[in-house]
Amino acid sequence: MIRNFLLYSGVVLIGIFLPLVFPTYQTQIAYMWLMVVFALTWDVVGGRMGSNSSGNIVFFGIGMYAAAMVQKELYFDIGEFEVIADAATTRLTSAQYLGGLALGMGLGMVLCVTAALALGSVLLSMRGHYFAICTLGLGVAVGEAAGGIEYIGAGSGMTAPLFPDALGDKGLFFSYFYFSLAAVTFLCLHWLYSTRFGLAINAIRDDEDKAEAMGLPTTRYKTIAWCISAFFLSFAGAAFGHLNLFIDPLDVAFPGATFGVWMVLMAILGGKGTMWGPVVGAVVFHITQEFFWITLFGWQRVAMGVLIVVIVVAFPLGILGWVRERWPESFGETITAAATDDEGSEA
Amino acid sequence: MAPPLALQLVVNGFLVGAIFALCAYGMALVWGVMNIINIAQGEFVILGGFIAVVLAESGIHPLSAIFVAPIVLFCLGLVIYYAVIRYVVDKDIFVSLLATFGISILLQQLMNQIFGADIRRAPHGLGTWSYFDGIVTIEQIKLVSAVVAITVAITLVMFLKRSRLGQAIRATAQNARAARIMGIDTGLVYAATYALNAAVCGAGGALVAMVWSIEPYLGLIFTIRSFMIVVTAGLGNLAGVVVAGTGLGALENMAGFILGTEFQIAFVFGLLIVILVGRSTLLGRKRLYLK
Repeated sequence: MIRNFLLYSGVVLIGIFLPLVFPTYQTQIAYMWLMVVFALTWDVVGGRMGSNSSGNIVFFGIGMYAAAMVQKELYFDIGEFEVIADAATTRLTSAQYLGGLALGMGLGMVLCVTAALALGSVLLSMRGHYFAICTLGLGVAVGEAAGGIEYIGAGSGMTAPLFPDALGDKGLFFSYFYFSLAAVTFLCLHWLYSTRFGLAINAIRDDEDKAEAMGLPTTRYKTIAWCISAFFLSFAGAAFGHLNLFIDPLDVAFPGATFGVWMVLMAILGGKGTMWGPVVGAVVFHITQEFFWITLFGWQRVAMGVLIVVIVVAFPLGILGWVRERWPESFGETITAAATDDEGSEA
Repeated sequence: MAPPLALQLVVNGFLVGAIFALCAYGMALVWGVMNIINIAQGEFVILGGFIAVVLAESGIHPLSAIFVAPIVLFCLGLVIYYAVIRYVVDKDIFVSLLATFGISILLQQLMNQIFGADIRRAPHGLGTWSYFDGIVTIEQIKLVSAVVAITVAITLVMFLKRSRLGQAIRATAQNARAARIMGIDTGLVYAATYALNAAVCGAGGALVAMVWSIEPYLGLIFTIRSFMIVVTAGLGNLAGVVVAGTGLGALENMAGFILGTEFQIAFVFGLLIVILVGRSTLLGRKRLYLK
């Protein structure tokens, strides 16, 4: 109890003071919390439920475009906006900016959850690698299709509204935003995993046929889990457009080869299916990734490829999975299993 | 659409479809024998293409890449197998999926660093035949590439049927454990299979660089095409692979013409989803599922 209290308050203190202590890295810190959200939301479907989705990035992109378009439709004449995007006249007041962002997030959330419902009820009847590759195709298809739609700027992308000066520093604002989002996601999922729903999706992961035989409506549960994932990702996406200021279909909104893969890797690196695993994995991964970016300029993406292979081949259990094997007693449940193993070997 | 134009699209599609079928056959081989879906398939293709480009730029006719690229890719396939793949062969299929995805990103970025991100092609110097007053044209290189693709495929099939190693590969595909008991070195078989697949893709890629153009980031779409063809045709069904491959080629050409080229890639990936959903729904009626 005391250990948990210390842990949580420690994380909250880090969340509050990290961007203040390192003001030059505020945007990077915002990215780091974003990575935590990525890993946590992927883990709902991939880790806890065992459906290895590689297309969760779709919800990120939909949320991003929705929020940015709402802002633009509300306050600008679209044709005019692209021309004067850089001019100081396009600056919104704080109230307009926050109001538009909130409204955009709401719309993005509705769109994402609807998309997850519609797609999930069709795609989630597939299993294993068919689902993985189908969602991989989904991510690319949506990105490419977005690149053909003139309304959202097609392949050349579009700009998001500038951050109003009155709200202070953009990096600080978004690092706090993403920290809160990560914290809320964590707490919601923590609660969710302790309910019947958590047990149901774990049952689906362990043996879907048996779960179905026990009367669980598996496709419905899987769809709901994907909707939950989409729900949190939509907020992450909505804010990312405003943080990045420029939205482009393949590199920013639907970057399957970067964020799309990273969210899987971070969850695996930390230990998929554990509560703190995705958080630890995301932080470690993000720091490593930034380190590559600084030290290996030009070759950082090559290094990322190597890192992916190394993580997958050498750490399939992840950091927390390794800790759990090494010190099972700190996780409680494995002690009995170890004890019965011993008895078995003696007999 | 005028009939000759439709004919043009279909002919073109069939000719390039032969290359798709070749890559797909390699993927089916690895999938069937090793139970690995090789996401790096497309990167092998593109790398084979770059070998043709490099040869062409150094004054050698790019058609020679049909022999050079498979050799280089075979060696690369062996290296990749012994460095990475052998650790993931018996693991969960998602692990190998991610591992090959990592290899794919690695190769893609290496090619980007070495050859640059520009669109490149290997000039081959072959002409074009035209029919119906120039409405239907057949580029000779496309015909050559289709013939080469079919020849490579037939050689591969004969190799698998007749040679000792080929028989060992097929035995391992049927039952790896039984094959081990019968004294087959399955590790060696896996290495040979993976390297053979890379070599086949390399030959296909050399053709792609001559028929179309290549750039480092085009790999994934070749992987998806191969996957789609294999899923449509089923594992180990060569005739099906050829039919699905050429069909996909023709369909893609049509779609590119009707929807516009900016939606062509989206079309390929969209088609993947449609095919998978279609198969899944059909199976769902029988209370089965894609697994």
